[in-house]
Amino acid sequence: MKGSFKRPAQVMLVLVIALSMLLTACAGNNNKPSENNGGAATNGGETTTPQEFRFTLASEPPSLDPALMTDAQSSIVAAGLYEGLTRLNANGEPENAIAEEITASEDGKTYTIKLRDDVKWSNGESVTAHDFEYAWKRALNPETASEYAYMLYYIENAEKYNTGGGTVDEVGVKATNDYTLEVKLYTPAPYFPSLISHYTYLPVNKGAVDGKPEWASEKETIVSNGPFLLKEWAHEDKLVLEKNPDYYNASAVKFDKVTISLINDTNTVYNLYDTDKIDWIGAQAGSVPTDRTPQLVEEGKATITSVASVYYYLFNNNKAPFNNAKIRKAFAMSVDRQSLIDNVAKANQQPAFGLVPPSIAGAGGKNFRELYPDTDYFKEDVEEAKKLLAEGLAESNLTALPEITLLYNTDDGHKAIAEAIVDMWRKNLGVEVKLANQEWGTFLESRKAGQFDIARSGWGADINHPINFTYDLIHSKSGNNDGKYSNPKVDELLNNSLVAASPEESIKMMAEAEKIAFAEDMGALPLYYYTTVTMLKDGFKNVGSDYAGHIDWVFGSKE
Amino acid sequence: MVRFILSKFLFMLLSLFLLITATFVLMNAVPGSPLQSEKATSEQVQKNLEAYYGLDKPLIVQYGTYLKNLVKGDLGISMKKKFQSVDKMIAQSFGYSLKLGISAIITSVVVGSILGILAAMHHRKFLDNLAMILAVIGLAIPSLVLAPLLQYLFAVKIRIFEVAGLNGPMDYVLPTIALASGPIAFIARLLRSTMIEVLNSDFIKTAKSKGLSGYVIVMRHALRNSMLPVVTYLGYLTAGIITGSVVIEEIFGIPGIGKYFVQSVTDRDYPLIMGITIFYAIILMATRFLADIAYVFVDPRMRASGGKVGK
Amino acid sequence: MSKRVDINSLGNLTPGAFEKINRDLGGRDEAGRKSLTAWQDIRMRLLSNKLAMTGFWIIIAIILCAICVPFISPNDHFTNDLTNTNQPPSAAHWFGTDDLGRDMLERAWKGAQVSIFVGLMAALIDLVIGIIYGGIMGYYGGKVDEIMNRFAEILYSIPYLLVVILLLVVMEPSLTTIIIAMSITGWINMAWIVRGQIMQLKNQEYALASKSLGAGAMRIIFRHLIPNAMGPILVTLTLTVPSAIFTEAFLSFLGLGVQSPVASWGTMIDDGIGAMTIYPWRLLFPAFLLSLTIFAFNVFGDGLRDAFDPKLKK
Repeated sequence: MKGSFKRPAQVMLVLVIALSMLLTACAGNNNKPSENNGGAATNGGETTTPQEFRFTLASEPPSLDPALMTDAQSSIVAAGLYEGLTRLNANGEPENAIAEEITASEDGKTYTIKLRDDVKWSNGESVTAHDFEYAWKRALNPETASEYAYMLYYIENAEKYNTGGGTVDEVGVKATNDYTLEVKLYTPAPYFPSLISHYTYLPVNKGAVDGKPEWASEKETIVSNGPFLLKEWAHEDKLVLEKNPDYYNASAVKFDKVTISLINDTNTVYNLYDTDKIDWIGAQAGSVPTDRTPQLVEEGKATITSVASVYYYLFNNNKAPFNNAKIRKAFAMSVDRQSLIDNVAKANQQPAFGLVPPSIAGAGGKNFRELYPDTDYFKEDVEEAKKLLAEGLAESNLTALPEITLLYNTDDGHKAIAEAIVDMWRKNLGVEVKLANQEWGTFLESRKAGQFDIARSGWGADINHPINFTYDLIHSKSGNNDGKYSNPKVDELLNNSLVAASPEESIKMMAEAEKIAFAEDMGALPLYYYTTVTMLKDGFKNVGSDYAGHIDWVFGSKE
Repeated sequence: MVRFILSKFLFMLLSLFLLITATFVLMNAVPGSPLQSEKATSEQVQKNLEAYYGLDKPLIVQYGTYLKNLVKGDLGISMKKKFQSVDKMIAQSFGYSLKLGISAIITSVVVGSILGILAAMHHRKFLDNLAMILAVIGLAIPSLVLAPLLQYLFAVKIRIFEVAGLNGPMDYVLPTIALASGPIAFIARLLRSTMIEVLNSDFIKTAKSKGLSGYVIVMRHALRNSMLPVVTYLGYLTAGIITGSVVIEEIFGIPGIGKYFVQSVTDRDYPLIMGITIFYAIILMATRFLADIAYVFVDPRMRASGGKVGK
Repeated sequence: MSKRVDINSLGNLTPGAFEKINRDLGGRDEAGRKSLTAWQDIRMRLLSNKLAMTGFWIIIAIILCAICVPFISPNDHFTNDLTNTNQPPSAAHWFGTDDLGRDMLERAWKGAQVSIFVGLMAALIDLVIGIIYGGIMGYYGGKVDEIMNRFAEILYSIPYLLVVILLLVVMEPSLTTIIIAMSITGWINMAWIVRGQIMQLKNQEYALASKSLGAGAMRIIFRHLIPNAMGPILVTLTLTVPSAIFTEAFLSFLGLGVQSPVASWGTMIDDGIGAMTIYPWRLLFPAFLLSLTIFAFNVFGDGLRDAFDPKLKK
């Protein structure tokens, strides 16, 4: 053996060359000559900036069919693809889009909407009032199985039809001519113009949709009417949108091309931004890694915007020990929210003592929180908390707390917050709380079934109105009240708020209900109002986070 | 031989059937449903949804329907990604995983062989130890750490490669290294030990005494006879690699089948879970079958006796 | 039998442990003469393999640290100190602190306990099931072998990830669940290795002799065949530990790792990756310890394989 092999270096060389050849051959073979991304920027010597915008989404839109959309991803893409009756502006206020004029009747229950006559579908047909009537009735049709059909329940007989009790003709929406839509509501809804900006209210093209449930899952079959057209949809990889030259307000649309890559890993998204492959992170379109946030904000590279969502913990109001208000209060009062925000959540969130986020509109041009601040609902006070805990235990005839578990869905961020809070309870109340995390599907099931002591929860807005955070969360009949908080006084106030004479009156009742739910009952444990950390490359304008914390990119531009 | 293949095939069908049944039962036993959402939907909407996807029927009926459709070659449509057909989803995502997988397999075989041969030829000497330490270091760094490290070093710090995506040939380099580091070590060590054995055997000694050079001996005689266990290992490796690595696909933003699979389970997307499971099983069985056949061809002893003689 | 397995799988492979096996085998009639020298030979070869012995001592050192450090260290692994988050290594915190101000030294070695425990338990379970299942398959052969083998094959073709995820969502997520999930398909490999060995060995003279003397199947399998197949079994065992540790890390990446605030190397790495460039110590220490452990088990396993395989003798 010895000395028989004199040229290992040569062998190695040959093999290395073979390897590199194989590698290139293999990779080259299998690769379609796809357009290279960002190539436009280097092409030609033109002086105008290429109007391209690139961002990421964590997963692809499960559907681009307005009736079936339920999530942020879909709504971000849909904002570019479709045009509805109204759009929300940067402040979350509705502005007319296809609607030219919206008139409410005296009793506030009937709306007559005049439509523009110059809006076209991507197949060339005109967008008419019939398309809206068709789309809304389609979403309400039980056979469509739309999860968000309840967004349309404000319309007369909509719920009845959707739940199988009524006929389609009874539904209170009718195109009286090609460009007039008449909508009858159950109760007056002063926020109707805002409501119809929601994606469930988008129109669809009957010819493209009828009998073709799969119409919105490929770019070949989708028919849209918005500022952008879907040019490419490589599933789980990317979506490419291009400016729609036939859009009625085409001059307002500046981007020629928008590339949306589907990437989940936060660090990868950050690295893409760092290497100039994307122009934006944040507001549901990627997220800035928590550990980096403070530094990036300090350097002015990242911006923090508050969004209409609240992070809170549910108490299981039906089960000892949290069936006692004093014990609930003790737990809520012994959390140092500011410290949690500064050291763990790290995005300058605002401490929450109620549920309605600061960016939600109130009445008379003022936000809800400006009119009804939550800071006096309760105070963080460790001594008081200890006292309340002792009293609460006595009231419940307990000598000590039973084993308590804090349930959260698997996620690094939720984990850090849960660990920090459990530690605060340990130090402040001398209470040992166990942690349990469950993967999302299981978590939802446990939470809905009330199989928890304390459970994480987060709630965002569908429409810019406090009803989202009051009626939906603290009414005993609400399907989203998973902690089963119940107080007849609160229910009564919330019921009355729906039929109140004026928006001011209605908002006031909601605020009263919220105050009772926290100042008196502590039905849940509010932690903070979300913010979103966003990063945008230099030169872009009019791209930002909307009131709900979704990226608003449609009318952006690059200089 | 035909009988052998036929019986293997029948067994594969039977296994597949059992597997489908087991997966179906397991999947439905897991809490959660593809149709649940965080926001409460009315009972009626939930019922509409269930009726739409046939989940309102008894399990046994659902199972029957699934089998019937499967026989017709219909894997159904995803319940989460609305109206995308499962077969298309699998075909698309598998394309990416396959391309990357082939690149990784070739790399591991080539680099693994070089290290293995070097180590064997310099048994118990410096090069042996060096090659083995290199190989084991590759094995000891989890892809969980290696992939982001490579990404940071070679795509962010020194910008030679892209952070994510599989758009050009260069984009294959980083994920390939991350994917191949383990298999390289395996092949290197496997080859080293069999090769040492072969190099000590009589026929190599004869060749040497005939005055053949070390290079010729290794390439022409020893390597071929040492590849046997590598081929067996390749069977498993291929199945493992081309079915996609979630970690690497997540980190390098590759829309491969591994990512799809994990997502399908978290989404409880029943048709997709079933589809990918069946697909995985077929790949696994097929590669094992091919490895069996390849074994016959590589091993001259097996070839001579028609594959009947054991070791 | 099981006692010996215990010692080995705990990694306490002191020379003493080998002598014990040696004595056991030495007292045996048929195989005694041959194996006595064989085991001594193996030991000698192992001891002379520097790389393997380095691996061995690293394993010992890591296990000792995992036991002692959390015991000695003044910090504890779950108390937060929000005024001291993300501190670089210092005299007070040798490995620095994490995002909640917890001492990384303490957590890294607590994590070592969890990770190594998972590895060893998974290996032990694989060993027990694998030996029994594989032994029966290999010894009886024929129809029994065929049916059992096919069952194993089917189990093996269920995507591993599906089994693990399904189990972890069905059962309460805990260390036990993770170990069970890993073992459900993990033992199959071991069973196949044992089967192959037994098939080769069962027709050897000493086994046949014992059979003709009226020894029962179980006695032949466990007294005669398994001890002679110990080489490949031990090697597989040493290599199962690192792969189980890896799997736990992988599950952590998917968010299916151990329950917080208990940490494993896997969950710490997962936490640390995001901070890789700004607080490198949060990734460095757990990742280094994990890699070092994997490295050590692998080189030791390799050395063991070389030692057991007389054909590799120079």
